[in-house]
Amino acid sequence: MKLPSKTRAYIIRHHTGLMVCGLSVVLLATPLVVNNPYNLGILNLIGLYVIAVLGLNLFIGYAGQISLGHAAFFGLGAYGSAILTTTYQLPPWPALALTAVSVAVVALIIGVPTLRLSGHYLAMATLGFNYVVHSIWVQWDAVTGGPSGLSGIPPLSLFGLVFDNDVKFHYLVWGFAMVALTLCLNLVRSGVGRGLAALAQDEVAASALGVDVARAKVGVFVLSAVFASVAGSLYAHYFGYVNPDGFSIFKSLDLVIMVVVGGLGSIWGTLFGVGFITVLPHLLDFFETYSDIIHGVILVVILLFLPQGLVTGLADYSKIRLARRRLAAGDG
Amino acid sequence: MKQGKSNPLLQITRLSKHFGGLPALAEVSFRAEKGQVTALIGPNGAGKTTLINCLTGVVRPDQGEIWFDGVNLAGLPAHRIARLGVSRTFQNLRIFPRLAVLDNVLCGLTAQAGDSMFLALLRPPNLRHRERRLRLAAMEALDAFGLADKAALPAGILPYGDKKRLEMARAFVSQPVLTLLDEPVAGLNPEETARIAGLIRQMRLSGKTMVLVEHDMELVMGVSDRVVVLDGGSRIAAGSPEEVRTNPLVLEAYLGRMSATA
Repeated sequence: MKLPSKTRAYIIRHHTGLMVCGLSVVLLATPLVVNNPYNLGILNLIGLYVIAVLGLNLFIGYAGQISLGHAAFFGLGAYGSAILTTTYQLPPWPALALTAVSVAVVALIIGVPTLRLSGHYLAMATLGFNYVVHSIWVQWDAVTGGPSGLSGIPPLSLFGLVFDNDVKFHYLVWGFAMVALTLCLNLVRSGVGRGLAALAQDEVAASALGVDVARAKVGVFVLSAVFASVAGSLYAHYFGYVNPDGFSIFKSLDLVIMVVVGGLGSIWGTLFGVGFITVLPHLLDFFETYSDIIHGVILVVILLFLPQGLVTGLADYSKIRLARRRLAAGDG
Repeated sequence: MKQGKSNPLLQITRLSKHFGGLPALAEVSFRAEKGQVTALIGPNGAGKTTLINCLTGVVRPDQGEIWFDGVNLAGLPAHRIARLGVSRTFQNLRIFPRLAVLDNVLCGLTAQAGDSMFLALLRPPNLRHRERRLRLAAMEALDAFGLADKAALPAGILPYGDKKRLEMARAFVSQPVLTLLDEPVAGLNPEETARIAGLIRQMRLSGKTMVLVEHDMELVMGVSDRVVVLDGGSRIAAGSPEEVRTNPLVLEAYLGRMSATA
C-alpha cells in the first residue's frame, strides 16, 4: 500500500503531533478495556510518575546534570497540597498552583548556588536536600503529622466532576501527563531545547554559540521541580493521604532509574521507563523483596553498556548503524 | 605599532595573561580590520590559543582591553561575546556528536532562536515559523559547506574532514561579525586543505571578517591579508604575508624552526 505523497508529507511533518493524538485516543479508550481497578490503579501511578520523570529527564538528559533529590520536590508538592487543603482548608486547585510556585522558588534558591557545582557535587547537594526535607517531614509533627503523615485530603474536582475513583482519576492524571508530554516535546524541538542538548554534550562549545549555560541549567532545574510538584499534588489528592515513606532518597533513585531505562533525553522513552519500572514489581512476586538489588543491577548494566540509557542507547545504536551504511553507500 | 585603517573591527591592546606566574601573553596588541583575514601565527606555546580564549571569554585576561565594535570584551562571559557576533571554531573539534548534522548547524543560530523557555514550552505559531526559517538558513549553510546530503546523519559518524567543515558551517550560519578559525586545517590532507582554503576565500569575498590561527604556512600565506606573529607570549612582528615572510625576527623565531623540521 502506498500513501499519496501529500499524505506522507503531512505525516512526516506532523508526526509528533499525530503520535500525541494517537496516544491520547488510546488513553481515552483504556478504561473501557481495562476495567480492573487494580490495573487501572497501576496505570494511574504510571501517569503520576510520568509527569515527574519527564521533568527529571529534561534535567538529566538535556541539561546533562544529575539530581538525586527529585523525590523531595515530588514530596513537597504532595505535602504542600495536603497541608494547604486540610490544615488551611484551601480549595485544591489554588493549593496546587500555590504549591507549584513555592516549589519553583525553592528550586531556584537551591539551583542557583548548586548548579555552579557539577558532577558529584551536584548529586551530593541534591541528595542532601532530599535527606533534610525528609527529616523535616518525619520530625515536624505539628505541621506534617510526623511519620504517619496527613490524611483526609479531599479529591480534586472540575466543574462539579469529582475525581474520586480510579476511572475518573485516570482521565485527570493522563490529561496532565499528556500536557506535560506536549510541553516537553515542544521544548526539545525549540532553539532553547537545542541549546540544552548542546550544553549536555559540550558546555564550552554551547557557550561559544551563545547558550547561557548557567541560566539554562537553573531554568530546567526549576521546570523539572515544578513538574514533580504538580505530580506530587495530584498524588496527594488521588490517595487522600501522604507520609514521608514515598518521598525518600530511595524514591529519588527510582526516578533516576526510570529516566535511565527510558533513555537520557528521550521524551517518548520516558513513558517506557516509568511503565517498565512501575509494572515490574507487579509482574514478579520476588521483585518486591529484592527490588533494591534488581534496581541496582538494572542501573549498573544499562549505564555500563548504554550510557545514554536503554531506549536512547538502542535508538542511537540503530541510527548510527543505518547512517554508517548510508555513508558507505554514498562513498562507494 | 603599524598604522592601518583608523577604525579596526577588533582592537586588542596590551593584553596580558599569566598562568601561575608563567606569562602566556605579555602585553600583546593585535587588531583585525573589517572584511579581512588576519592570521595569527607562532610556534607552539606562543600564546595563540590563550589570545583566542581571552577573546572568546573562555579565560579572563589579567590586563588589557579587547575592543570589538565599540564594546570591551575583556572579562565578559563566553555567551555574551557570542551574542555580540563573535563566532569560532575549535582547534580540537567541538561538534555535538549525537546531534544530527543539521541540528549542529542550527545550534549556531541559538541567539536567533529565542531564549524564552516559557515560549518554547508553548510553541506558539510565530516560534514554529521562525524554526522553519532557521532550518532553511541552516540548510543553506550546509549547502555552502558541501554537507547538504549529510544533513540527517548523526554528526559523530562523519569523516574528520566533514566534521571540520561542519564546524565552519556552524560558525558562519549566524552571519557573525567576526569569526575565529582555530587551526581549521589541522590534520587534513592536501586535498581537504585546499577545499578549506577555498571556503575561507569564499567567505572573505562575501565580506566576512576572520581571524585565522594556523600552523599551515601555505594556507596562511595564501588566504591572509595581514599576519601577526607571536613568540613566547609577545608580538614579534606584523604585516602583510610578504613582509612577515622576510622579517628576520620571524625567520629566526618561527620559520627557522619550521624549515628545520620540514
